Amino acid sequence: MEDIEAIAVLQDPVRRRLYEFVAAQDHEVSRNEAAEGAGIQRTLAAFHLDKLVDAGLLETESRRISGRSGPGAGRPAKLYRRSGAEHQFSIPARDYRTAADLLAEVAEVARLDTQLQDAARREGRSAARAAGPVEDLDAAAALLAARGYEPRMDEGEDVLRMANCPFHALSESHPPLVCGMNLALLEGLLEGAEGLSVRMDARPGLCCVAVTASKNNECLT
Amino acid sequence: MTEHHLAQLNVGVFSFPLDDPRMDGFRTMLDPLNAVADSAPGFVWRLVEDGENDATGLRTSLGEDVNINLSVWESREVLWDFVYRSGHLDMLRRRGDWFRLPKAPFQVLWWIPAGHIPSVEEAVERLRLLRDQGPSPRAFGFRDSYTPEEAAASAQ
Repeated sequence: MEDIEAIAVLQDPVRRRLYEFVAAQDHEVSRNEAAEGAGIQRTLAAFHLDKLVDAGLLETESRRISGRSGPGAGRPAKLYRRSGAEHQFSIPARDYRTAADLLAEVAEVARLDTQLQDAARREGRSAARAAGPVEDLDAAAALLAARGYEPRMDEGEDVLRMANCPFHALSESHPPLVCGMNLALLEGLLEGAEGLSVRMDARPGLCCVAVTASKNNECLT
Repeated sequence: MTEHHLAQLNVGVFSFPLDDPRMDGFRTMLDPLNAVADSAPGFVWRLVEDGENDATGLRTSLGEDVNINLSVWESREVLWDFVYRSGHLDMLRRRGDWFRLPKAPFQVLWWIPAGHIPSVEEAVERLRLLRDQGPSPRAFGFRDSYTPEEAAASAQ
C-alpha cells in the first residue's frame, strides 16, 4: 500500500482513535480492550482494527491470553500493536531522509559528535523559550508529546520514558551520534525546568532518554 | 549445520593513562557495564585478564595505549541491543572524553563456530583485515553485516 493510502485510512475519526489508543499502550491490545479504550462496540472495533492491519498501520498476533493451551483453552485472542513501518507523504515531494542519512554519515566519520550536541542543545533552548516555562513532569510530558516522543509515566518511579523516537531510523543507523544529539536537544529543552533532570537510559524499543523528577531539588552540597 | 556465534573486538586509544583522574568517568562505568553485559540475553563470553574483572590491562600488537574489548554473542541482534540499547550507549556517547577516535574502523565483527573462544591474535587479525580491505564476510561492522553462511562460503 502506498504511504498516502495508509495515511488516508486514519482520516476516519473512529479508526484514528483506535490507532492512537493501541499505539499509546505499553502492551499488545485485545479487541475488547481497544473497543473499551476507544469507547466503541467490540464488533465495530474489530472491523476498524482489521482495516488498520490491512493498511500496515497495526500488526496482529494470535495468542491465548489465559496462558492455557490444548483442548478447552478456547480460541486464541487476536492482539494488536503498532507496526514498525514508517509512513510519510509530502506535497510537493521532499526527501529530507536521504539528506539526513548523508549528513549523519559524514558527521560520524568526521567525529563531529560534540559540535552536533552543541547545535542540538541550542535548538532545544530556543524551543524551550518558545514553549514557556515547564514546572513539573506533567508539563514536560505535554511538551515532549507535542514533539512526537509519546512520553509515558513510569508508575511509582517519577520517570518519564518515551515510547517513540522522532529520529528512529537515524538512531538505529548512527546510534551514538544521533542519540547523543537527541539527549543534548532534550537537555536544552528542559534545562530551565527546576527539579527535572534528563539522562540517557537506553533500553530496547524505547527512546534512549529518560526525564526524572528529583524529589528534593538536590539541596546536597 | 554448525551453530554460529558472533565475535566482536573494539579498540580505543587512551587519551590519558587509565589511572589519570580524567579517566574517572570511564573507570567508574566499567564494572557496572560489564555486569550488564554478563547478564545480557545472548551474552556468551568476554575476555578478562587473569584475576581481573576486565581486559583494560591487556596490551596487543596494536600499541601500548590501545584498550581492547573482546567478546562473543549469540547473534547480531543481541549484541546490537547491548551495544546501543543499554547503559553502554552512554559510554559510547562520551567515548571522545577518554579515547582518541581514529578515522579507521575501531570495531570488527566476525562469525565463529559456537564454543570457539577467539584469541586476541585472531581478533587483531580480523580488525586489520577490515581496516585493510574493507567489510567482507570474514570481518565486518554493524552497518554491513554478513550471515554465517556467507562467511562459510567465503572461506571455501
